[in-house]
This record gives sequence, C-alpha cells and structure tokens, in this order.
Amino acid sequence: MTTALLASLFVFVLASFVGFEVINKVPPTLHTPLMSGANAISGIAVIGALLISGPQEWNITVILGLIAVVLATVNVVGGFLVTDRMLQMFKKKEVKA
Amino acid sequence: MSEFLPTGIELSYLVAASLFILGLKKLGSPATARQGNLWAAVGMLLAVVATLLDRQVLNYQMILVGLAIGSGIGVIAAYKVQMTDMPQMVGLLNGLGGAASALVAIGEFWRLLNSGEPVSLDATITIILGVLIGGVTLTGSFVAFAKLQGLLPGAPMTFPLQQPVNALLLISFLVASGYLIVTPENISVFLGLVGISLVLGVLFVLPIGGGDMPVVISLLNSYSGLAASAAGFVVMNNMLIIAGALVGASGIILTQIMCKAMNRSLTSVLFGAFGGGGTSAVAGAGGSGNQDKTVKSIDPEEGAMMLGYARSVVIVPGYGMAVAQAQHTVRELADQLEKLGVEVKYAIHPVAGRMPGHMNVLLAEANVPYPQLYDMDDINPQFEETDVALVIGANDVVNPAARSDAASPIYGMPILEVDRAKHAIVIKRGMSTGFAGVDNDLFYKDKTMMLFGSAKDVVAQLVSEVKQL
Repeated sequence: MTTALLASLFVFVLASFVGFEVINKVPPTLHTPLMSGANAISGIAVIGALLISGPQEWNITVILGLIAVVLATVNVVGGFLVTDRMLQMFKKKEVKA
Repeated sequence: MSEFLPTGIELSYLVAASLFILGLKKLGSPATARQGNLWAAVGMLLAVVATLLDRQVLNYQMILVGLAIGSGIGVIAAYKVQMTDMPQMVGLLNGLGGAASALVAIGEFWRLLNSGEPVSLDATITIILGVLIGGVTLTGSFVAFAKLQGLLPGAPMTFPLQQPVNALLLISFLVASGYLIVTPENISVFLGLVGISLVLGVLFVLPIGGGDMPVVISLLNSYSGLAASAAGFVVMNNMLIIAGALVGASGIILTQIMCKAMNRSLTSVLFGAFGGGGTSAVAGAGGSGNQDKTVKSIDPEEGAMMLGYARSVVIVPGYGMAVAQAQHTVRELADQLEKLGVEVKYAIHPVAGRMPGHMNVLLAEANVPYPQLYDMDDINPQFEETDVALVIGANDVVNPAARSDAASPIYGMPILEVDRAKHAIVIKRGMSTGFAGVDNDLFYKDKTMMLFGSAKDVVAQLVSEVKQL
C-alpha cells in the first residue's frame, strides 16, 4: 500500500468514528430530516465528479464526470432544500407551542 | 494527486469537513436542526467552490452547465415533492448519489487506462469497490423507490434459486475482480463488474417487503456515503473520504435505531423475505381463524357521537392517513373535539408512516401543536384511561398479535396498545392487511368499531358530524 492510501485509510476510519459518535441519541422526530440531511452530504461525490471532468477536452472520462456532476448536484441541492422544508415545519410548530 | 493541490483548497476542505460534523451534530437536536442543515449546506458550497479553483479543473463552461442543470432539477424536486413521498424522495436522491460515485470510479478507471501508465493495484481495488458500492446503491435505491411509489408490488419478490444465483453473482464478481487486478486493461471484464454490481443492487432489494423499506432506505443512505468514500479513495481526496465516512457511519446508526423500533434484526430484514411467501402459512392460519369472526362497522354519525362525548381521545395516525393527505382534516377534527372539551392526544409510533419521524413531519405540516404529540412509551400507559382511540390508516403498529401471538411474524414488535383503550374506532379502506401482510385481531374485538372509507372522506364526514353535536 502506498503511504497516500494508508493516510486516507486513517482518515476514513477516524471519520467513521466521528460519524458514529455524532449521531447518538437523536429523538425519533428528527430521524427523517437527519436521514435526508445526511443523504445530501453524501452528494459530496460532486467533488469527485468535478475533479474528473476537469480537463478541457472531450473524452469518456469527462463525459462520465459531467453526468456525475449533474446527478450529484441534484442530490446535494434537492437534499438540503427538502431537509430545510421539513425542518421549517417543525420550527413553526415550536413557535406555536 | 492531492500533493499538487494548493494549501488553500485543502484548508477549505478542512473547514467544510468540520461544518459537516457540526451540522450533523446540530441536526440531532430539534432546536438546532435547521441551523445544522444550513451549516452542512454551507460546507458543501465551500467544498464545491474550493474544488472549482483546483488547477486541474479547467472545463468551466461545461461544469457550470452541469451544476446549473443539477441545481435546477434539485430545486424543482425539493419544492414539488409531497411530504408523504419523502421516503421515495430520499431513496431517489440516494440512488443519484450512488450513481455519481460509481461514475467517478468508472471515469477514473478510463483515465488511468488511457494515461499510458500501468494501473496500480491500489487504484484497481479502490475503483472496483467504488463501482460495486455505487452500483448497488444506484439500482437498490431505484428498486426501493419503485416499491414505495407503487411501481413495483410492495410484497417481497422471490424467485426460485435466488440464493444460488446471488452466490453465483458474488463469486463471479470476486473472480472478475481478481482477473481485473491482474489484467487491468481488460475493458470487457470491467464492464462485466459494472453490470454485476447493478444486478446485485436489484436482487438485494427485490426480496425485501414494503414494510421494511425504511430500513433499506436508511441502509442505502449509509451505502451512498460509503460509495462517496470509495470515490474519494479513487481520486485520493480527503474531503470525499471524510464526508462519505460520516454519512456511512451515521446511516448505520440510524438503521440500527430503526431496526430496534421495529424489533427486527438487520439480518432478518435483509434475508428474511418477511411478509411474503415465507410467512404466508402463518398469515393464512391467522386468516382462517378470523374468518368466522365478524367486525362491527359504524357510520360517521355514530363515530362522531362516540368521539364528541368522550373525555379523552387518542388519535393514532398511520401511513393510510398520510397517503390520503388527511393530516389537515384530522387536525380540523381535533380542533372541533377540543371545542367540545375533549382532550385530544396523538400517539406516534416510532415507525409510523414509512420512516422514523415521518409522521411527525406530516403532522407538523398540518400545524398540529407539538405538546399534543406523544411517543409510544409515553402514551401506552395512558390508553387504559382513554375513552376512544381513533386509528386512522394504521395497521401493523396497533396489532395486538405483536404482544400475544408468538407465531406472528411481527411478534415482539413494540406496538401502540390501542386495544387497551375503552373503545377503538378504526378508519380503514377495507379489511386488507398492512405492510407486514398479517391479519389484525384488533379489528375483530368487541370494543372495536370499523369505519370503512378513504381516511380523508371519513374524517371530513366526522368533522361535519361533530360540528352538529
């Protein structure tokens, strides 16, 4: 294994632990928004898509990358907005209560 | 690759990753959830802008077009979607994320092949993982979407020799992977791997019943994170790896919480083919036992009298209410009852609706006051003092068989103990079974009245009858 891969593996494992810890004890009310918010974050694949569609030429990699940019952006934008829409409703309710 | 990136970009990634972590943390508490979502979104924006400044990103025109198209579709989808369709929406978005990760892995493989340099072992393995997880997430999410949307039957779909076929596919995937590692330039083997990944995703979700879809979506959410992480390994980018790992880990936690709420182990969800062929014998036996029993059905006028003259009413909303878009009418009914001095509470089962917390979202949409919502553990001791429990389009979550019948497939699942209330009124379209495909003894009890009809119509009739009391 190269050092770069090894370093990435460290990052991966440590970030996973952070993920486990950060999501403990969430009231059931928030499970759906949380799932949808986390789903939006998984649209981070857009970064990878941007990187591979970077070269200013036409080849299969760039085309695949551009498709990936569109798909991942839908995931990101749709995910964050829909989560906000859900949470907005909770807020209204809390003000009333 | 990353060593060429200017420090600024890396530092922006660090800030973005921190924003994701803080955002997820804040999403876990009602008071800060919205802010948390905003923080995560800002993190994402920062990461995207930083990446656009990357030296190897030159293709601005096309990329901006791509970002614009994606944002446009995302905005429209987010504002058009009905709150009831939220599980499908998450499933669909998930699939797109998985697809993007898989495409990144495929695209990078292509680039490496044509770069003239030998493809390294590390690169091949990470690319294979990216294709596998991304592909499974893509087709698995789409099948889950189709099931929830009713495009595919919700019942588990099994076919003969399913297990051997799955095993065969997995083995051929491993063999082909080994082959690709030795001879990376073999395009057809690579495409074969892509194909097998996609088929595996379909086969993975098809045998899982509609009732277990929330768990599957949550698990696929976790996969989409792992897919992004795998894509991160492919292009050696820490931002992707961190964000993907966060989502992967949080998705697994959420999946566990959901399984606990349904008292099902993850393995039985994934491999049990619950509610279909495997349990038809049990369901059949229960069904025949109930054939001689009769149900009492009443009309809305009688229902309104029962409700109006009760001291306390507990409303148990289920997915049926959500499908009928009856949440606003239900709230109107509750308001009318309160005018008559009836104490109204809502009992929310952890998996009411199709995802944990889904029902809370729907009731929030209808402006139901927060203090009236009760979790299962809080409301169950109160049922004995409840005059009328009004069950609207819920089935499995109020089935007493979960408590009493060890042979029932839902035995052990925590339920709302509606049968302990003095009376129960069940609004339902017909006598069909719920997602779990099990008959419900509650409907045959003496103190249970059935009110047949679409939730929205029936509740609207109740409202007008209650007004006349």
